[in-house]
Amino acid sequence: MSKINCQCGHENPFGTVLCERCGRPQTTEAKQSETVDMRYEGSARRSQTYKRSIIDRIWNFFSSVKIGISIIVAVLVTSAIGTLFPQKLYVPVSTDADIAAYYERLYGVFGTIYYKLGFYDMYNSWWFITLVGMLGTSIIIASVDRVFPLYKSLKKQRTKRHASFMKVQRIFGEGSSDDPDEALGKAEEKLKSLRYNVKTEEGALLAEKNRFSRWGPYINHAGLIIFLFGILLRGIPGFYVDETMWIREGETRSIPGAPGYFLESKGFILENYTKDEAKEIYGEALDRVGSIAKNYQTDVALYKNKEGGLPGQSEHRKLEKEYSIIVNKPLTFDGYSIFQMDFRLDELKAMTFQLTQKETGKSLGEFTVDLVDPEDTYELAEGTKVKLLDYYPDYDGVENGEPVSKSPIPNNPAFIFEMVTPEKPDGERSFVAIRQTLETEENAYKVNFIKADTRDISGLTIRKDRTLYILLFGGIIFMIGVAMGSYWNHRRIWIQKGKDNTLLIAAHTNKNWFSLKKELNQVQDIAHLPAYEDRLDKESTSENLEGDQQ
Amino acid sequence: MALASISSNLLFVSFIAYLIATLFFGGAIKGGKAETTDKNNKWGKVAITITIIGFLCHIGYFITRWIASGHAPVSNMFEFTTAFGMMLVGSFILLFFLYRTPSLGLFALPIAIIIIGYASMFPKEITPLIPALKSYWLTVHVITAALGESILAISAVAGLIYLLKNVDLTKKSKQRFWLEAVMFTLVLVIGFVVSSTAFSIAGYEAKFTYIDKNEAPAKIEYNYPPLFGMHEYKALTEGAMEPIAEMPPIVNAKTLTTFVWSIGTGIVLYVLLRLIFRRPLAMVLQPFAKKANSQLMDEIGYRSVLIGFPVFTLGALIFAMIWAHEAWSRFWGWDPKEVWALITWLFYAAFLHLRLSRGWEGEKSAWLAVIGFIIIMFNLIAVNLIIAGLHSYA
Repeated sequence: MSKINCQCGHENPFGTVLCERCGRPQTTEAKQSETVDMRYEGSARRSQTYKRSIIDRIWNFFSSVKIGISIIVAVLVTSAIGTLFPQKLYVPVSTDADIAAYYERLYGVFGTIYYKLGFYDMYNSWWFITLVGMLGTSIIIASVDRVFPLYKSLKKQRTKRHASFMKVQRIFGEGSSDDPDEALGKAEEKLKSLRYNVKTEEGALLAEKNRFSRWGPYINHAGLIIFLFGILLRGIPGFYVDETMWIREGETRSIPGAPGYFLESKGFILENYTKDEAKEIYGEALDRVGSIAKNYQTDVALYKNKEGGLPGQSEHRKLEKEYSIIVNKPLTFDGYSIFQMDFRLDELKAMTFQLTQKETGKSLGEFTVDLVDPEDTYELAEGTKVKLLDYYPDYDGVENGEPVSKSPIPNNPAFIFEMVTPEKPDGERSFVAIRQTLETEENAYKVNFIKADTRDISGLTIRKDRTLYILLFGGIIFMIGVAMGSYWNHRRIWIQKGKDNTLLIAAHTNKNWFSLKKELNQVQDIAHLPAYEDRLDKESTSENLEGDQQ
Repeated sequence: MALASISSNLLFVSFIAYLIATLFFGGAIKGGKAETTDKNNKWGKVAITITIIGFLCHIGYFITRWIASGHAPVSNMFEFTTAFGMMLVGSFILLFFLYRTPSLGLFALPIAIIIIGYASMFPKEITPLIPALKSYWLTVHVITAALGESILAISAVAGLIYLLKNVDLTKKSKQRFWLEAVMFTLVLVIGFVVSSTAFSIAGYEAKFTYIDKNEAPAKIEYNYPPLFGMHEYKALTEGAMEPIAEMPPIVNAKTLTTFVWSIGTGIVLYVLLRLIFRRPLAMVLQPFAKKANSQLMDEIGYRSVLIGFPVFTLGALIFAMIWAHEAWSRFWGWDPKEVWALITWLFYAAFLHLRLSRGWEGEKSAWLAVIGFIIIMFNLIAVNLIIAGLHSYA
């Protein structure tokens, strides 16, 4: 790979399009075109230079902006397909067969195809993750490929450029001047007042501002990489906890994912806006939609195991804090957050029964069964007791001659009681469910339902995410970079003396040519510079001429 | 109650002001020269003054409603869309003072007018906040996101002007077809506003019971004569029109009915306009774009994406993630609205990268800007009303 020697004597790396020092075009293509491609200052980029080995090919593939855009579009299209039908996460069933059936029932053939293709879990699919990985790779390689050559050539650029460089700029003007030196002096003064950095050299002037904005894209890409890196970290144990817990009023439970911590629910509160209490202004809306939820709240106490205390022993717990968890105000401690996510109202807590003699209706006493933690035997009096032989919290009919419970949650409790009385010391058996009593043979006694106590349950989510600060940091870096690159533009104006009292002007900016021209016009007015032309705007020159003729 | 009525009167005044300003911008273009300088003629000055008066009234609406309701008025479809219209006008004013091009006003204001008209078809009463929305992030996130979207939308306006000026409408081409399709879509939105207003003035309503997709009984009220019935519907209102067809449970037949009525009205309106002008609508509007400078419009399009993109990122992604973490325990959950915000972001990221390649300036860039606006509108309208998710608050 030989170096490219420019006529000015500067030695450029292989692959250079415009001489780093004087700006002379080096390639035949650059020499022939009317305006030159100023991206990356015509510097030698790895991807444009080496094309031999596999590594070169991979590098070139990912450094291409076109490939980058294709990956962005691919992510965009797959993301959009994923919103066609609800994702697995939002489907109210859990087993694979149920999910398949759900899509088929609601969306027919399309639902089945959607399920079969794996689109129902699009964002966890290997191809989606691969696409995001490719995007990350592309961001890194494309940035590295450009930022170093760009930095070098902006650093090496000389004030005096060769005329051939000036002539291929988008904004270029050439004309005679009465006093080129005076014009240059006035231009320098005006440019400085417009906050340009002005450098001069042998009858040439380079005014430059906001070069830092050229680094904006690379900084925002770095921010994106930090963000993607943060997401990768979630795979490491201890960095990320995502658990849910259901807690009943009055219960104390260990917090899943947060060893050593316990949570007690002191009560769940659900409030609605009512016409009487809410602001008068809401009346119309409440009339139209009925009730509107106002607040979901779980009052809790947080406990921590004492140093050296055995788990499960309540006397070894220390109260950490009492708090009301409401939506948008999670409980936070030791890097964890607990969120109010869901609730169930009026779960059965306990049922109170009465043991009565059928014939006389006489009561032998009452007993209360705790539906979460029932006792084996309820003593009512001397020689009178009720034994709980079997308990089905969520009774769901009889299978193979045995009653079955479909869950451990007391939605539909059923019991097999053995009633021991002085009259029947061997005991009588009875199956009791809601609105149902079954006896194997005619009994003398029965268990009567008296009342039920209910309580609410709170659905809470426990999160710990040590990556959040990394993600936030990535986001801030991205915003800094994107603002730098979007709200400032790198502008350069070259003015230099040509042959025989002529002046050459050229200007370049990476964005926002309109403002550059406005500034150039101000300099032109004061320093009487020759007229320039914007070679990409053919309209305004021709239309101005038409206007003049009218 | 008084404050709320002041609020809606201010909104009405701003609506009228935008209508008048549009006429003056039209005058500014007719009397003006080609737009290459940053000098303005008299008509242009009057037009921008009226626009600013309208904008101030619009801000007045926003503030008084905020005071009356006790929260930032961006909590439902009416409020959000009205605020979006307001910010669109604000973004236009910003870019007008950067570039001084009356043609931008002539096209941006009618779009803002259509958006405000569309907004007022939704329930307008002040609603209390549900628990998930009770956070200062509602104010911060929604306002920043809407501001970003509205600046991005200006690039579509510039793009539309560029296309109207540069697409050859005398010859049959794909470009001519799609440009007319954009005009047709705008007429459809007007069709929705017209039909919805007509039936609401007539006070039409029909109530039904039906079985929803989770096989539970539910009730629904139509404001349009029901063309389509919900799954296993039964009429509650006597003498109401019998639906023509019953829909499966996943289809919201009410939305479908509204949609079909709007399309129908839109088509009638479009045909009427074609009969009156005897030309495609793009051709009717073309003379108004002829004074614009293509290079300048291309630059306004690019510049507004440059200004809007960081604001959109901050509001619709970063603030959104922070709030989502606080309210829903996760910063990202692939909710349709979230995904469509990401899609919008990716689209404009692709737009910005394409500008680096040769040949993607000018016409192609203008088309992309128009498509970007369609994506933003899709996220606002379709994702809210059709694809249900956590953000369905209309």
